[in-house]
Amino acid sequence: MSWVICKRELNAYFATPVAYVFIFMFLALAGVFTFYLGQFYQRGQADLVAFFNFHPWLYLFFMPAVAMGLWSQERQLGTIEMLLTLPVSITQAVLGKFLAAWLFAGIALLLTFPIWLTVNYLGDPDNGVIIASYLGSWLMAGAFLAVGSCMSVLSRNQIVAFILAVVVCFVLMVSGLSIVLDALRGWAPAAVVDVVAGLSFLTRFEALSRGVIDVRDVGYFVLLMGVFLAATVQLLNIKKSA
Amino acid sequence: MIDIQNLTKRFDGVTVVNDVSFQVQAGEVLGFLGPNGAGKSTTMKMLAGFLEPTAGQIQIFGQDVVRDRLAVQQRIGYLPEGAPAYDDMRVGQYLQFMAQMRGLSGERLRERLRYVVDLVDIGAVLEQRIQTLSKGFKRRVGLAQTLVHDPQVLILDEPTDGLDPNQKHQVRQLIRQLSADKIVIISTHILEEVAAVCSRAVIIAGGRLVADSRPHELEQRSRYYGAISVRLQQPVADLEPALLAVSGVEQVEMLEPDQAYVLLPQPQAQLYAPLTELIERQGWVVDTLHMERGRLDDVFQQLTQQEVA
Repeated sequence: MSWVICKRELNAYFATPVAYVFIFMFLALAGVFTFYLGQFYQRGQADLVAFFNFHPWLYLFFMPAVAMGLWSQERQLGTIEMLLTLPVSITQAVLGKFLAAWLFAGIALLLTFPIWLTVNYLGDPDNGVIIASYLGSWLMAGAFLAVGSCMSVLSRNQIVAFILAVVVCFVLMVSGLSIVLDALRGWAPAAVVDVVAGLSFLTRFEALSRGVIDVRDVGYFVLLMGVFLAATVQLLNIKKSA
Repeated sequence: MIDIQNLTKRFDGVTVVNDVSFQVQAGEVLGFLGPNGAGKSTTMKMLAGFLEPTAGQIQIFGQDVVRDRLAVQQRIGYLPEGAPAYDDMRVGQYLQFMAQMRGLSGERLRERLRYVVDLVDIGAVLEQRIQTLSKGFKRRVGLAQTLVHDPQVLILDEPTDGLDPNQKHQVRQLIRQLSADKIVIISTHILEEVAAVCSRAVIIAGGRLVADSRPHELEQRSRYYGAISVRLQQPVADLEPALLAVSGVEQVEMLEPDQAYVLLPQPQAQLYAPLTELIERQGWVVDTLHMERGRLDDVFQQLTQQEVA
């Protein structure tokens, strides 16, 4: 059942030109970040660190946009009443929709392959590291989307859902920046500082973006996805019996 | 069979459905009536398993809608108010999706799709996106979707709302056709619809059940039941007192002075014989004369306003 929903959602993404514009923008911005801000050429190294480093910031706006319609649109159109009166559990529905968004993000990510071709043409990069980084990036995208899915239940207005998701994702990201941690260090115990730092997308992604797959980092993103998807299910359940 | 026991729903402390109980048997077409905001849609949402009751329970063929939700929903076809659908999908795609979600596949799926497309006559728009369809077609697509898995129970929330008279007629015909072997529950605030398609009418007002009977019996509760309206070709002076004097007349209502009136009977009284006798005796020439069936909207007003007051 989840798979049937997933297929429908994925088709829905491509039913309008929005998806293509979206992917084009994503690729364009990824390119700009890598080559200008990341100084891909100036670094003179055959790796994609300059590319992956910017993914959290790229995702901060793109992933909430991918996820914003997941539930708010169903509520807006009233189709949620159709969907949840089909013989499908809420968990299946949540997973199906999330999976579609995640696959869509995966497609966008895969389409960045010219950058991989470029680096292979220019030098001799460690392709194992690059594949690991891609997987790490996709995993992080999943976490962003799970947050977006959860926020999408909260409003029938997609824009509101988008903004909520950006805010939550932003908080989850910056908790790892030194400026935030320094502010905490002044008064909070070291353990708290560590926990806050550990909650950050940035801290967790840093290792993954270098191709180091640590069970704890992977576990963090998987856990985050689990938590926010479970919250999505719970929120839908609450709306049902409220 | 559907068994509803003490069904209650509260939203933020406001009671929308209040202790409603009734049963529906196979082969019945139940008209669910009430003014806007009476709790019709909320009740139907609970029947379809979209909302959970605050108290009470619903059993459909012995299965509880909350506890065995998925099993119950497999037997139900539900059309929400306004027939929402995934607007960006093509009609054929959409129906296929809905069929797959109900577990249909392969030859059975294709056969059922052909059947419902034929039944509601939407073969011509299969390749169109739903958002480009007219209201009538959109409603028919909504109906097709409820039927695709051959459910035993149909729950249709205002299936004819917003359709033109021809389309209304088609939908009603379809409902009658389907009702032979299914339980059909339709909600409506159009009273003629109840008389036209329903074998039973349940009226709720202010969240409470205020009537549950056959449409015909409801009509009998109307003060117009057994009334006679009469129009003479020429005005006759002092017609009203003469009509009031007819035996069994409770009250007369004027339509046109000295020419056309409605005679309301006292309980159980028959007006036809004494009235025609009077007309013959006076030598009046009758333009039209007919018996009233009893007015559903009269009963409806009576029942639903009592509740509010």
